[in-house]
Amino acid sequence: MSPHILFEAIDEPGLNTLPVYEARGGYQALKQALTYPPAAIVQEISDSGLRGRGGAGFKMGQKASFLPVTDAPKYLVCNADESEPGTFKDRELMQKSPHMLIEGIVITAFGTGIHEAFIYIRGEYEYQADILEAAINEARAAGYIGENILGSGHNLKLVLHRGAGAYICGEETGLLDSLEGKRGNPRLKPPFPAIEGLYDGPTLINNVETLATVPHIITMGGKEYAQIGTETSTGTKLVSVSGDVQKPGNYEITLGIPSREIIYDLAGGPPPGREIKMWFPGGSSSPVLTAEDLDVPYDFDSMAKAGTMLGSGAIIVVDDSHTVLEVAFKLAKFYAHESCGKCVPCREGTNWTQKMIERMQDGLATPMDLDLMAGVQTQIIGNCLCVLGDAMAMPVGSLVEKFRSEIEAEIAAAQQRPVLV
Amino acid sequence: MSAFRSERAGKVQSEFDPQQPVRRFAHGSRVPGWDEHVDLTKQPATIPDPATTEVPAQLRKAIEEAMARYPDRHSASIPALHLAQAEHGWCSPEAITQVACVMRVTPAYLTSVASFYDMFALEPKPEHDVFVCTNISCSLLGADEFYESMCAAAEGHPTIGVRGFECLGACDIGPMASVDGEYVGPLNETDAIQIVEDIEAGRSVLEHKQLRYRACADPGAATQ
Repeated sequence: MSPHILFEAIDEPGLNTLPVYEARGGYQALKQALTYPPAAIVQEISDSGLRGRGGAGFKMGQKASFLPVTDAPKYLVCNADESEPGTFKDRELMQKSPHMLIEGIVITAFGTGIHEAFIYIRGEYEYQADILEAAINEARAAGYIGENILGSGHNLKLVLHRGAGAYICGEETGLLDSLEGKRGNPRLKPPFPAIEGLYDGPTLINNVETLATVPHIITMGGKEYAQIGTETSTGTKLVSVSGDVQKPGNYEITLGIPSREIIYDLAGGPPPGREIKMWFPGGSSSPVLTAEDLDVPYDFDSMAKAGTMLGSGAIIVVDDSHTVLEVAFKLAKFYAHESCGKCVPCREGTNWTQKMIERMQDGLATPMDLDLMAGVQTQIIGNCLCVLGDAMAMPVGSLVEKFRSEIEAEIAAAQQRPVLV
Repeated sequence: MSAFRSERAGKVQSEFDPQQPVRRFAHGSRVPGWDEHVDLTKQPATIPDPATTEVPAQLRKAIEEAMARYPDRHSASIPALHLAQAEHGWCSPEAITQVACVMRVTPAYLTSVASFYDMFALEPKPEHDVFVCTNISCSLLGADEFYESMCAAAEGHPTIGVRGFECLGACDIGPMASVDGEYVGPLNETDAIQIVEDIEAGRSVLEHKQLRYRACADPGAATQ
């Protein structure tokens, strides 16, 4: 069995409280880190090869090294706005082991010379936010956050910020605007947040799982951590498996294992008598793969080579009892609803894609609709400030590409159905 | 889903007539909405006068505490709107004015924020929220059918508002719902009735199906 780092004893009763977490060796990594020079911490993270677990897979060490050396206020923001359909790993981590995240935040802030940190948690996670808030208070009372942490001279203020329900606030610049108290509209990049982010200050933004891994990197040593997984996708990853599988849930896997192992051996595969029609390897924004791709290793580069992405590590399995249009409609409807409306290709593209799929389902499609829809997808990609539009265009585009004949048959079948008046 | 679709198909068939001009709303657009919360005959409201705006003392204190947590007080707009919504039941004009008064911003600024986020209600809403996830993973497992059962079960219960919601981040218990913030699932038709009964009785909702008690699916994560 692959090593369990984040999920080790995750169900231990009371792990969300400080005494139990400390009894399991919690905050030892922080004590160790505080004896290092700050630059050595960033070096350890760089050595570990840790790639961002939120979706983009950018190297955390590299991102941290972009922060300018300055006395001006710098900020650390933990992205806990987990809204990508199919993703629920951060929820379990925050609910059951909130101190692991807090410890990771404190270590990262010390390493990068940051004195103010925020956790932006989605508003729907009320229970998890309550747990996190209690944990922050415990950590503050124990001196792990606040003034002069454990005598190191480093100060850190940590604020939990609850969102209010908007997918776009998981996009880093949308999140920053939302955290500044505005509508969550993404910003033009560059400047990137590392240079000009929250309150125009240099800002480091990382996902919950990424930050929660930091204490383990300090304990193990970056080079040791890099031994796990593949050369370019190091470490373990929490994978959320959902949809048509018998045992949905979060699994911690070593990056690089065959996808089949995750879907069949861990999650139990599709219900008896059903076959996998398609699967999303990294949340609903990733281009779909088919049953033929089940042996692709589950790591960042192999997924990219297969024409898709590892994304947030959320595998959604669709079996053969569902139509392709049904899946496409759910995708389009979601992105149309969540588009913030700032960029025209996304706002109009998602909206019209939804309408075109509705027409197809209702038997009202014109012969050119499918090509028109495929064309719209190509006009969205790369033409907006953020990737929300791309996040619809990529999977919908891939559905048309891989299931074209099936969609055509579904359109034809819909036209044969009597329409209810 | 099927009922929804056939309803829509019926509408398209009976209303669509290429000879007729496109129906437009009063503001000239074919899309309703952008001016719903605006009275265009009035001047924009300025920052409310603290001398004449009454704010409940507890709400004022909580908003001021929220503002003090951030380097810029504007960051407290979402927490403050959450507080006001809890106090008033929805983001009523009165609630918005009170927040605007304490935060020293215009009501329009707060309305722009409140209208962006799904969890803020700019119209009166029932006391209890049932958010049914109808996104992809849940819908593969029958969320659309559950949503219809839930709507049917809540009919005649004016304090319960059922709403289809985007992914709530609990696909492992799909089809699922968030009942006043409590995640429950996997759900079926009978659960819909039970949810309504539990809410009406003031009980903890579907306790045996609450996410908070669910163990991790990963066999390697067992307590050692």
